[in-house]
Order: sequence, then structure tokens, then C-alpha cells
Amino acid sequence: MILNKIFKNALIVLTACLVLSACATKKEIASDIKGSMQGDVYTGTDTVEYLAEGVPDRVFFATNESILTTASRETLRAQAAWMRKNSSINVVLEGHADERGTREYNLALGERRANAAKDYLMTYGISSDRITVLSYGKERPVDSGSNPLSWSKNRRSVTVKAN
Amino acid sequence: MIKKIITLFLILIPINSYALIEVDITRGNLDPLPVAVSPLSIDEKSRKSFEKALKKKNIGEEISSIVENNLSTSGLFNPLSKDAFLQAPNIANLKPRFEDWNLIKAQALITGKVNYVDDKLRVEFRLWDVLAAKEMMALAFTTVPSNWRRVGHIISDKVYERLTGEKGYFDTRIIYVAEEGPKTQRIKKLSIMDQDGFNNKFLTLGNELVLTPRFNPTSQMVTYLSYFKNLPRVYLLDIETGTQEVVGDFPGMTFAPRFSPDGKKIIMSFAKDGKSDIYTMDLENRIVDRITNHPSIDTSPSYSPDGKYITFNSDRSGYQQIYVMKSDGSNVKRISFGNGLYGTPVWSPRGDLIAFTKLHKGKFYIGVMRTDGKGERLLTENYYQEAPSWSPNGRVLIFYRETKTNEKGEGFTAKLWSIDLTGYNERQIKTPTDASDPSWSSLLSN
Repeated sequence: MILNKIFKNALIVLTACLVLSACATKKEIASDIKGSMQGDVYTGTDTVEYLAEGVPDRVFFATNESILTTASRETLRAQAAWMRKNSSINVVLEGHADERGTREYNLALGERRANAAKDYLMTYGISSDRITVLSYGKERPVDSGSNPLSWSKNRRSVTVKAN
Repeated sequence: MIKKIITLFLILIPINSYALIEVDITRGNLDPLPVAVSPLSIDEKSRKSFEKALKKKNIGEEISSIVENNLSTSGLFNPLSKDAFLQAPNIANLKPRFEDWNLIKAQALITGKVNYVDDKLRVEFRLWDVLAAKEMMALAFTTVPSNWRRVGHIISDKVYERLTGEKGYFDTRIIYVAEEGPKTQRIKKLSIMDQDGFNNKFLTLGNELVLTPRFNPTSQMVTYLSYFKNLPRVYLLDIETGTQEVVGDFPGMTFAPRFSPDGKKIIMSFAKDGKSDIYTMDLENRIVDRITNHPSIDTSPSYSPDGKYITFNSDRSGYQQIYVMKSDGSNVKRISFGNGLYGTPVWSPRGDLIAFTKLHKGKFYIGVMRTDGKGERLLTENYYQEAPSWSPNGRVLIFYRETKTNEKGEGFTAKLWSIDLTGYNERQIKTPTDASDPSWSSLLSN
């Protein structure tokens, strides 16, 4: 019985160790890329510019995806609020893809991403007349590196003032 | 990489009691045919006239070296060193001493003569079967002296055709995108050059981004994507006159253009509201037809040579795959089922194969499959490469490849490469700048 208890305790300690060490490795990996990716969506602010205070100009996407993340939707809501306040401003949404795809498909993918952003802005009351969509495919990366972090910065839709 | 290693057969077929050389180009070539290209002979008067007109010391030698280079890069022929030639060019052209050519192991011999006649260049050339001691072909033609490089290409095509039984691809041009500058601010210009990299000419200035130029069937027109005034649209360019016009001016982005095999239509993608579909435009009456209608991305369309079918790529299955449909958009069938993503399908001019780019586990492949999707063969694997374009005889593919200039993946260089359908004979094509998106013309001398 006592032996059993010792075993049990040992097991608990061992499990705790494993859990802790797992946490530690995860943290290490995360801090390696400055906590700037979730899945493969960029969450950092390195490349982000601001349309106004608290209004980031861009949203990021997962590989081959055009789905808006929670963070992206928050950014776009801030953009919509800013556009409602500044009703004379029109914007161009520039959609981009990373370099790991064929050129023509990536042009279409950039267009799809920018349109995902456009649709979301419209649901927050921005008229489609104020929004132009432009895809650059993989032609205008913001980061010229060839690694997962660089690619994540390049998969983006950037809202640019048109006037 | 999948390659079938099959040895080359040099078949000597006795016809009418003498042998004829034949090169089988359907097989991987391990033993190129030894051929002697004797310099085209030229008399002193003609030589001086050409020197004055073209600033080339000996135009006969220049033309011969074009032929040598073409035959050598085809991978099917092995031009022998001129140092070993025993017979003078002018005498060889009259009557080769076959023993001499046999001695240096030449199996075929090309001789010829070039003259300056009435401000024109007149060339005659002969192809000889050395073993059979017979003339296989004799041709002569006249052109303006400034066409001298084309003369070399036409001779190469005739020789290639006579020895392989198939049309050559040397008197052709490549249109491509010349690239310069950092990746984040790349400057791109339309550029055209001869198939061997000579006579390079920039067609646009680099003020706006240009992509994916493609020839029409007569190789006089080019359709491409331009970001002129930041509006990505399909354009049409007349190479000789330099006239440009927009053909895909719809409220959205038009891209991925190609000509129909009769040259009367442009097929392209039109993206709007997050969907890309395939459309055609009749160049004569400007009537637009919608070919696909699907919420997915449908792009990179390419016609079969008979115009009855279209291959394209679509992510309607969830991922980028290759499809074939009838040219009216009916009967859509997925044909790519291997692991990975498939893009940029291009129908072979022979009609039997579709070339494509495949992405799998972080690598890019150029490959071919039959039009029903069977018989997939990957010809070359690399970190990044795409956009194959067929030589007019359907034997060679040109594509572009980006290579990292250091191990950290920091710099990069983009170049044009070619590879035989056999998976052999991969070569870089020299360009003055970095290069991408090549498109091969038809045979110009047809």
C-alpha cells in the first residue's frame, strides 16, 4: 500500500514535470519568433502602420486562406469606425499573398483576401463606393525573407487612403 | 524526381542501298550524334561586304557557330571541334572527302556557302551522311543581311527536322519579364529575345508592373497583364508597331491571359468580389463570354491545340488542382489527383500532354501528365520554379526558377531554364537581367 502511494506520488510529480517542461518548450518556441505568430497568422506589429491612432492599416491571413481572424475583425471594426468618422475618405484594399504559390493563383488569392476585408467593412456600414480592391498577388512582399515568419507578414490586406 | 532512363538509339536505316541517319528524340539522350559543322565558306569580296554591313569579320563562321550552339543545346547532337577538321570549308561544300570526316568520327556533316548578292545575303547549305557518303539535303535561300542570326537558326531547324523527323524550334523567340531591384520593389519590363538569348530587346520601360506575357499563334502579338495606372488589366501588344491596348477593361481585375489556338480570342480570368472566373473575349467584335461560374478561384486557362478543350486550375475542391472542360465550359473534370497542389496547366502543342507546376512539401516541380490526368511525370524539382511554356514542337519546356543566393535565404536570383520532355538536358538560358514568365513563340520561318 505504502509502496503504491509512493508510486502514485511519483507519478503525479512526474506528470507535473512533463506538463511544466512542455509549457517551457512552447514558450521558448513562441519567444523565438517574438510571439508574433498564431498558427501561421502573423500577430506582430513590425510591419503595421496606422491610419489613425489605434487604427492599424492591415490584417493577416493563414496560408492559402482568406478567413478573417478575431484580431483581423477587431482591426477592421476600428477601420470602419474611423471611416465613419471621416466620411470623405475613400480607401483601396490591397490584397497580397506570400511567395509560396503560383503567380496567377496568388493574384486571385490576393483579390479574395482584400474582398474578405471589404465585405467586413461593409457589414459595419461602409459603402462599397468608398472601397476599391486591388490585388498584387505575390508581387509586392513587405518582407523579402524566405521563411515562415516573413511569409506570414506578406499574407495581408492593407487598407490605404485613396484620397 | 522521376526519370526514365532509356538509351538513345541511333538508327541507321538502309534506304535504296544507302544509310540515313536518324535521331530518336523521344528518348533520354545519353549519346548525342557526332556532327561536324564546317564553317560556311565565303569569298573575299563577300566577306568584306558583310564586314562593312554587319561589323562581323567572317559571317560564314559566325552563322556556323550559331548552328553549332543550337545543335549542342538541343542535347541531341555533339558538334565536333573544328580543330580536327581536315578539309577546307569551300572544298568540303563541293564534295566532302568522307574518309576524312569519318576519321574524326563525324556521322553527319554540314557544309555551305554564303554570298553577298545585290545587298542581300544568299546562303546555301548541305547536310551529308558521312557513313553512307551521301548528300541528305541541300537548300538555298536569300534574305537581308541583318537577318544573319536567323539564317543560322533556320539551317539548324532544317538539319534538326531532317535528322529527327520533327520540326525544330530554333528560329523562335522568347517573350519574358525582365526583373531588377529588391524583392519588395521589383521593377519588371516586358522583354523579347531570340531563343538562344541573343537580340534582347526591352518592350516596356518598367514604369508599371507587367506579368505573364504570351504570344499569339503567329507570334506578332502578345497578351499580358499590366498594372498601368494601378489597374491590373489584360493588354494586347503588337510587337512590330508597339501599339498597346487594354482588352480586359471590366470593373475588377483581369489576368492570366492566353490566346486561343486560332488567335481570334483571348481567354483570361476576371476577379470580382473574391471570385475568379474564366472568360473569353473575341478580339474582332469584343464579345465577352463567361466560361466558368463558380465561387472558387478559376484561373490559368489554356486551350487544347484544336480549341475544343480548356485546361485550367481551380480550388473548388478546397485546394488548387488542374481541371479540363469543353471550350464552352461544360463537362468540367478534375484531372490532378496526386499529393500536393497543382497550378499553371499548359496544353502541349502536340495535344497529348499538359505541363504544370506542382507544389508539394515545400518544393516546386515542373511536370507533365496526359490530358486525362494519367501518367504524371515530374521533370525537375527545386525550391521555387513555375510557369512552363512549350517549345513549338512540344519537345522542350521553358520555365523560370528562383534560386537563393545564400544559405540564409536572403538574396535571390530569377532565371529562365529549359528542360527536355525526357527530363534530361536542363539548361539555364542567359538573359541580361533576372527573368521570369517565359513564353515560347511559334516557328517564325513557317
